[in-house]
Amino acid sequence: MDKTRRNILAGSAALVAAGLGLRAAAEERVIKVVARKFVFLPGEIELKVGEPVVLEFTAPEVVMGFNLPDYKLRTDIIPGQVSRVRFTPDRKGTFPFLCDIFCGDGHEGMSGKIVVT
Amino acid sequence: MSIDRRDFLKLAALGGGAVFASSLPGCASMGYGGQEDFYFVQLSDTHWGFNGPVVNPDPRGTLPKAIAAVNALPVQPDFIMFTGDLTHTTDDPAERRKRMREFREVAATLNVRNVHYMPGEHDASLDRGEAFREFWGDTHYAFDHKGVHFIVVDNVSDPAARIGDEQLAWLAADLAKQPKEARIVVFTHRPLFDLAPAWDWATRDGDKAIEMLMPYPNVTVFYGHIHQENHHMTGHIAHHAAKGLMFPLPAPMSQPKRDPIKWDAEHPYRGLGFREVEAEEKKPYEINEMPLVKA
Repeated sequence: MDKTRRNILAGSAALVAAGLGLRAAAEERVIKVVARKFVFLPGEIELKVGEPVVLEFTAPEVVMGFNLPDYKLRTDIIPGQVSRVRFTPDRKGTFPFLCDIFCGDGHEGMSGKIVVT
Repeated sequence: MSIDRRDFLKLAALGGGAVFASSLPGCASMGYGGQEDFYFVQLSDTHWGFNGPVVNPDPRGTLPKAIAAVNALPVQPDFIMFTGDLTHTTDDPAERRKRMREFREVAATLNVRNVHYMPGEHDASLDRGEAFREFWGDTHYAFDHKGVHFIVVDNVSDPAARIGDEQLAWLAADLAKQPKEARIVVFTHRPLFDLAPAWDWATRDGDKAIEMLMPYPNVTVFYGHIHQENHHMTGHIAHHAAKGLMFPLPAPMSQPKRDPIKWDAEHPYRGLGFREVEAEEKKPYEINEMPLVKA
């Protein structure tokens, strides 16, 4: 196999892999969540069992935390960065989440819920 | 404990002053000698600077009321421990210091001069304990009193509710100096165990501290944060949460949100109080929960 043909094949394979990757990523529903003093927006997130999702968090003000204890998932949310949490709900129910980094007077009320049907 | 104090307690109980007096599990055998009997008082979650008339229309009167109650105890405690949230949080560093200054002035009216302080997240999480240290020094420390080793663990200066590796190393070094039979009391603000993670009633690396304490058979933890009594065992270690002195909070996970319980005009100050802890050699600690206002 000459070098040119090898490069073309390698390139095609890479494109296929990239395409598969894109298709895999496309299967995940992306949900953007803003964490600001002292609310998550949206505060209620509806998901389906078996549906893979990516929660994309931003915090425009101060460092916040996202903690979903029932799924043992958490992340820091740092201003200027996007924090991502990937997961696939495996059971129905209502699961509370909260900010677990103290962020001021109102922190205690900063929570929300994920409703899985 | 002197016979006088026992008599006074009996009288207080008869008069309705002591609502709960019980030997609690977790420290049934005290083999470490050299201890004199004594008692101390735990005050917690005073939240000086809080403003919310729906849950407490007397925010500047509640702490003085508690101090008057402590000053009126027939036998004064050996020392007093404030387990955090001395002040209510604010984003303004100058206002934070003003609240701390005012709190310090009010606390100075205690007759007992031996008073220990530690921060809660409201005091320390927004500036990593900087203002607290200006007023009261280190946020974690240890001291000994009449044969009991007291360890103050800071699980609030990190806003993410971690003790942190550096402090854990300090804790390990402090414990290494204690004999296995030592009577050890740990003060924290947050619970060291996962009481209610969904309400942030936990310490992210609290399990590491508990693991370090486990080899010691005589360990008891007193903490605040949750504004209510709570008693829990992790193995042989008892954890006792104290009532607060600004507003009560609901029982863990008893409702969707941990909103403060509203003021009950029929029963003002209900749910607020402090506790006495009796330490007698070779006996379990005796805890007397004292309501701010008698029922």
